[in-house]
Amino acid sequence: MPIEFRKEFFADERDDNLNEIGKPTQRQDMIGHVTGRSPFYDDHLFDGLLHIRCVRSPHHHARIRSIDVSQAERMPGVKRVILGKDVPHNLNTLLSLLDFGLDDEPLIAEKKVSYKGEPVAAIVADSERAARDAVAKVRVDWEVLPHVLDVEEAIKPNAPVVNETYPKNLFIYHNKYDHQKLRYGDVEAAFREADHIVEGRYQMSPIEQAPTETCGAIAAPENNNRFVCYTSTQALFFSLGTAAKLLELPSNRMHFIGGTVGGGFGGKVDSLHEPLAILGVILTGRPCKYMFDRAEEMQVGAPRGAERWYIKDGVMNDGRIIARQFTGYFDSGAYTRLSSYAIIKGVGHLPGPYTIPNVHANVYCVFTNRTPATAMRGFGITGVDFSIEAHMDKVAETVGMDPIELRILNSYRDGDMKAHRRLAKNTALVECCQVAAEKAKWRISDEARRQTSLMGGGGERAKLPAHTVTDELGRVEGFSSGSYAAKTSSQPNLAPAAASVSRPVQSQYQPEQYRPSSPASTETPRTPNPAPAPLAAPVPQPASQDNGARRPMRFSSISGLRRR
Amino acid sequence: MAMHRGKGFAAINYPIGMNLGGDPSQALVHSNPDGKFMVALSSIDLGQGMKSVTRQIAAETLGVPVEDVYVDTADSDTGPHCMGSFASRGTHRVGNAVIQAAKEARAVMLEAAAEELEVNADDLVTDGKGNIHVRGAPSRSITTAEASMAAQFKQGKTVSGRGIFLIPLSEVDPETGEMTPVSCFAHAALVVELEVDDETGEVKVIEINSAYEVGRALNPKLVEQQLIGGAWMGMSHALWETTEPYYPNRDHGPEDFNSYVMPGPGDIAPHNIAVLERPAPDGPFGGKGPGEMCANPVLPAVANAIYNAVGVRVDELPITPEKILRGIRANGGARPQIRR
Repeated sequence: MPIEFRKEFFADERDDNLNEIGKPTQRQDMIGHVTGRSPFYDDHLFDGLLHIRCVRSPHHHARIRSIDVSQAERMPGVKRVILGKDVPHNLNTLLSLLDFGLDDEPLIAEKKVSYKGEPVAAIVADSERAARDAVAKVRVDWEVLPHVLDVEEAIKPNAPVVNETYPKNLFIYHNKYDHQKLRYGDVEAAFREADHIVEGRYQMSPIEQAPTETCGAIAAPENNNRFVCYTSTQALFFSLGTAAKLLELPSNRMHFIGGTVGGGFGGKVDSLHEPLAILGVILTGRPCKYMFDRAEEMQVGAPRGAERWYIKDGVMNDGRIIARQFTGYFDSGAYTRLSSYAIIKGVGHLPGPYTIPNVHANVYCVFTNRTPATAMRGFGITGVDFSIEAHMDKVAETVGMDPIELRILNSYRDGDMKAHRRLAKNTALVECCQVAAEKAKWRISDEARRQTSLMGGGGERAKLPAHTVTDELGRVEGFSSGSYAAKTSSQPNLAPAAASVSRPVQSQYQPEQYRPSSPASTETPRTPNPAPAPLAAPVPQPASQDNGARRPMRFSSISGLRRR
Repeated sequence: MAMHRGKGFAAINYPIGMNLGGDPSQALVHSNPDGKFMVALSSIDLGQGMKSVTRQIAAETLGVPVEDVYVDTADSDTGPHCMGSFASRGTHRVGNAVIQAAKEARAVMLEAAAEELEVNADDLVTDGKGNIHVRGAPSRSITTAEASMAAQFKQGKTVSGRGIFLIPLSEVDPETGEMTPVSCFAHAALVVELEVDDETGEVKVIEINSAYEVGRALNPKLVEQQLIGGAWMGMSHALWETTEPYYPNRDHGPEDFNSYVMPGPGDIAPHNIAVLERPAPDGPFGGKGPGEMCANPVLPAVANAIYNAVGVRVDELPITPEKILRGIRANGGARPQIRR
């Protein structure tokens, strides 16, 4: 049987007599889909539609000495060549809409490129062919720079600086550390007590979301001095907010239409196409389409980033895991996009669905000279779950235990304290293990079959560790944003340079006083509600050029240090 | 040279509805004069069935048949703010926003019906078939169409509702990582059986047996579609896909589907799925969101099955024939492990 609904599990937690919920109702848009009539963004065609193609870097890392577009501009059908200086606000980070991180990425590079494929100019032409021909006529004088592609090489002291906003090639968390920490109990003490230590290194490579429909947008002039934009975005207001920021347009001058998308899988959040298509309209007065071809989708469009994980477990002879330590490196590529956020989600997920009394993690968001990474199905989790579950089998082998029974033994249950210091509820891992084993005719012990997620948790397992070891490893100075933690007022807490100049030039911005301090370990008792971390001193905000008349759009709760 | 069979297992949980940024979604619901309801969203249907699941949620909450509801989404002029369709937030966040909006619209519809029937609105129930009647007295009834008509043309009421679902921003402690990362967790466990050719390093997946716990399956067909497609994607991630085959070296990057290889129809294995439904206390009708997580257990289960088959641990994805052969060679030949 391909699929069965095992209604006997958790039956007393459900009312199965609902009218519409739980019914296999056909999609309202199915007829349109199967007859090929559902309108996707690329189905919106306009008279006089222009096509945008980007001139891209052939180098992993290079300074742009000059760009000569004179020949390209004279090519037949070319209506406009767009350069970085034409973008009203040519520096952004996607998560600035959540007030998370510093602006670090231009829409079109002006001074240097940091990955192969980074756009340095855009051709707007009558046809895609004309645009492609003109792209080949743009002459860029490159000064090739040394590059770095490996995450652990990139964080060595003399590595090339990939991303000037983060000169050590590491994203800064909470203005304070060059990585995200997880500290729960004392792993070192537990390792000393453990019967076995099991270590592993895991690596995953970048993966393309591979949607059938490649990313893109078509923009056109609309009545009343507005712009309509048909888009493949997965996040309509994210793209609208990003376009409003980059183009310095109020959101209501843009009319975004989307919602029917030919596969996303996370690759359609980056909002690169909407701003450039609308900018094309602004500069030419004509409808413009900007769409990745398949090669761009695969090599220039952001993939699921690679991750490298080191795991070290302390295990007892009976299979109980008493300590688990992670060191993780997310390969963000040249810019932040969403990797910084994926790490937060990943750290909240550690140590996987198991109750382990001592957990420790340092997870780094590393900049390298490759295509920036972004979201993909399983955001922040897929890589570490591969690592954890491959590691669990090594643990099982080390202690001579059945792999499924090892999972059930260590599984989290209702009422257990998790490493991110919240109680587990609504758990069902044990039942999944039992049912999968049964379906695969994989024999597990009666003891393992008798277990349930509803029992055996809580009590001692609900308690926080008696003490947690904390440390100052990776402490940095001089960062004034980079986290929603840093909010002290309704004024956006941007770095000084980014806030004071309406068109900041990336290479002019030098974060001050980046000083990693030496790691110093201290034992600090942790309570369930630790005192809030001290807020970073508010940075003096130079009066912005427009006297604060236009504040950046923010989608996040402005909450300071809310705790739940 | 021989074929070796192996079985591998993996179990995972998955955070549903990442809420670190306090990211909300909104919904607006209104009725036409004849009691047909429109739901306006700005959420995206990526093919996962966003429009269908929110339509069912709206119909269930309003107490009308699903045919009486149409979901219009992603027009920034008419749809209210939504963060987007990612981080397993669609069903959970948008679904809850739709419930709130539909409840408000339903309350107006019931007030209008109460005025027409000259009863107290608290005594009214819907039958889900387009009728509103007094609890315990089905004969004292009015259709949802009549109630909506009366509201708009007799009583001067707009049958509409607004909904938002916001879980406030969760702060993350820089020192300990303390946080409230998500709303609830989905779960999965999975056994992969496969065959490894120790001459070519090629892997053939024979069968997958799985159990997925997804909260309430709001639409079982959509759940099935996600789980089958997602497991295929997991198999593909484990054995085939990457944009950088020699990572961190960037050479040989594929640029089309001839060189970016994925499993084809002949590579698809039978997948027997059991769905468990433990309703999430804060999910819409207990729903969680099966889409994102369903690929994840397949990757490690494949790796573990390959070890079981030939005794090679490949800790680097994707697990290509080249890596398997190098491992077999380093071990001096295939070393099948205990048969399961």
